[in-house]
Amino acid sequence: MAAIVSNSATAVPLAPQTGPATGPRPLRIALIGNPNSGKTSLFNQLTGLNQKVGNFPGVTVDRKSGFAQLTPAQRAEIVDLPGTYSLYPKSLDEKVITDLLYDRAAPSYPDFVVVTVDASNLRRSLLLFTQLGDLGLPAVLALNMMDVAERHGVNIDLPALERELGVPIIPMNARNGIGIAALKIVMAQRLDAPPVRFWQPDEKLLPLVRQIRYYFDLHNDYLALHYAQQYRHISFLSADDKAHLQELTQQYGFDATAQQAAETIGRYDRINEILLETVTVVRTETREPVSNRIDKVLTHRVGGYLIFLAILFLLFQAIFAWAQYPMDWIDQGISALSAAIQANFSGPLVRLLTEGVLAGLGGVLIFIPQIALLFGFLAVLEETGYMARVTFLMDKLMRPFGLSGKSVVPLISGLACAVPAIMGARTIESWKDRMITIFVTPLMSCSARIPVYTVLVALVVPDQAAWGIFNLRGVALMSLYLLGLFSALGSAWVLKKVLKARERSYFIMEFPVYQWPRWKNVGLTIYQKVQAFVLQAGRVIVAISVLLWVLASYGPGQKQEAAEAQVRQEATAQNWDAPEISRRVASARLENSYAGSFGHALEPAIRPLGYDWKIGIALLTSFAAREVFVGTISTIYSVGQDADMGTLQQKLKAEKDANGQPFFTPARSFSLLVFYVFAMQCMSTLAVTYRETKSWKWPLGQLLYMTGLAYVAAFVVYQVLA
Amino acid sequence: MSLFRRSSQIIAAGVAARRSAKDLRVGETGTICCLEDPEMALKLLEMGCVPGVKVRLSGRAPFGDPLMLVLGDQEYTLSVRASEAATILLKE
Repeated sequence: MAAIVSNSATAVPLAPQTGPATGPRPLRIALIGNPNSGKTSLFNQLTGLNQKVGNFPGVTVDRKSGFAQLTPAQRAEIVDLPGTYSLYPKSLDEKVITDLLYDRAAPSYPDFVVVTVDASNLRRSLLLFTQLGDLGLPAVLALNMMDVAERHGVNIDLPALERELGVPIIPMNARNGIGIAALKIVMAQRLDAPPVRFWQPDEKLLPLVRQIRYYFDLHNDYLALHYAQQYRHISFLSADDKAHLQELTQQYGFDATAQQAAETIGRYDRINEILLETVTVVRTETREPVSNRIDKVLTHRVGGYLIFLAILFLLFQAIFAWAQYPMDWIDQGISALSAAIQANFSGPLVRLLTEGVLAGLGGVLIFIPQIALLFGFLAVLEETGYMARVTFLMDKLMRPFGLSGKSVVPLISGLACAVPAIMGARTIESWKDRMITIFVTPLMSCSARIPVYTVLVALVVPDQAAWGIFNLRGVALMSLYLLGLFSALGSAWVLKKVLKARERSYFIMEFPVYQWPRWKNVGLTIYQKVQAFVLQAGRVIVAISVLLWVLASYGPGQKQEAAEAQVRQEATAQNWDAPEISRRVASARLENSYAGSFGHALEPAIRPLGYDWKIGIALLTSFAAREVFVGTISTIYSVGQDADMGTLQQKLKAEKDANGQPFFTPARSFSLLVFYVFAMQCMSTLAVTYRETKSWKWPLGQLLYMTGLAYVAAFVVYQVLA
Repeated sequence: MSLFRRSSQIIAAGVAARRSAKDLRVGETGTICCLEDPEMALKLLEMGCVPGVKVRLSGRAPFGDPLMLVLGDQEYTLSVRASEAATILLKE
């Protein structure tokens, strides 16, 4: 690919004749701009499906990059930087930007930046632009949202603004792709650093600034000032360098906060001068903007919550009802494939493929419809600007628990599946809020617990009306969900007390203007989330499934064979039919497999909770994924794969303890239910927590805390009820 | 331009008497005079809360917090917690 890229004027007609060639590699261009300035739309327009999500070194921020074909002969690598309001990072995410832009020698240093600016909100958007200009970075200004600006009656004298800012300006509307072609043409040219300076450090600072500048051999004063401001957080400076800078700033009595404030105000003064010359605003309408009128409804003290609840209801409807059809197709497809393979081939390798690999793969693929729907739904809410209003509505309610309004979305998503929910917590800027949210989200009862709840509730709760209108089983099911919710909130409260905040958290955010979702962005989001899930969590699930299959299929020594022989002897004596024999054989083999041995080994530990070795096996297999519970107990209680829930019910009811009494007493069943509410039994969740936090500390913490909570709670329930 | 009030002034002016963006009635407009909390000020400045800019309280969340502030003539809306709005002091 690199070969097509040209650095000579001959191959690219539009390439200007200035600036030295930089070697045979594609242009590297960074996209930078305020949040909500249309940066993501522009990135998607430029790169299409040709993008990949990686990570910036050392931080959890996604590094989105992609390739854009600028001219037939020229490709450019585009890096999408996190949205920011200034070059002084206020969150870990924004730190990525300074790390990239301070170090000219870094291999990823961009050739130039494309600054997206909201034309309807020029004054604030230009703050970041003037900082970039003063750093001496070649830049193009993508003047986005021209349509909104026009509607607001904002008139921009483009040639005059171009003169004042000293860079090419492309008016555009990235949502519709207007202006993209013009932008590509300008981007294909080699740009010079802008000649205009917008702000200079105060004279009094010059001795300090110059000393830093010459010590580090920097190309301008403003960059040197940034070193003085932020040396503590610059990742590429050595400890000696940092010590030197600390000494210098102390020696000169440098007050970072006051300087930064003075700079921002100085910049706004200059921007106001520029805008006075170049922008006229004709207020065409005196009515409140449409967005504000919509807000009156959507954030109403009663109506706001009702609408939010209605949207939630629709979300659950989508995830639980609509997703069922494609999930069934996937399930049936995998079973059919598995059956076809087993019908045509045999041997241990084939069984490993079908019962291990394919079963595990099915366990991954089955979640795709839910993940796609959930992320599609959330992307639409985000795109329209509604999500910001939800955080606004919920903030006050969540704060006592150490969560913020921004935690609401992941927690709700957690009712479907903790895996995408934990990924969704990325929108939370505050490190502490985000960690708490990730940690407690798995306590929300996810859809994988539904089969377990249904089976056990139906076993012990009578199907009768309660208080006239409710069904007793429905009440029990709802109580389990509420138990999950309250344990999540309670745990968050505890974590709030324990964790120390690394950075100051701000709630302050801009309300984006309401707009129709861009379906291309929604589609790309779905595609990327599904891909991330299949590739990253999927690997773990498949690996564990294979391991479990091996443990459940093979046993120590000849124990399995001996047990099978014994069953077959009995079969002849009792005159069982063929299906009955194969069920009994499967059951006997399982008991004597490695997994069965683990179950027996586990028994002393779980006996206080009322469980025996059979439940032990189910608990063990459930650690790959909870929904495996039903399949496992079906196998253990020797119920054939195709048996419906009724027969499973009957088998469970028929199970007797040592004294000939029913084994599944209310005490045992409730203890088991409570265990499943709390226990961390999901490899995918642990894998995604590791991926999102970049540390084993968090997933291990979840595993120990939740399982410990489950053990204690189940113990109390069993001992009290029994 | 005096951005932060000196500590001596806080005592002299009497903190309680000073109105902040938090004290606006819904629909009322004020003009930003200065920002109290230096660290918070940096963030607010970047978001456009610059002294001299008009700020209008356009609504409150159902339990009184956070607030919705509409800034300047450009009419863009910020959502800020009441504790954050309390650091935005208004001209008399």
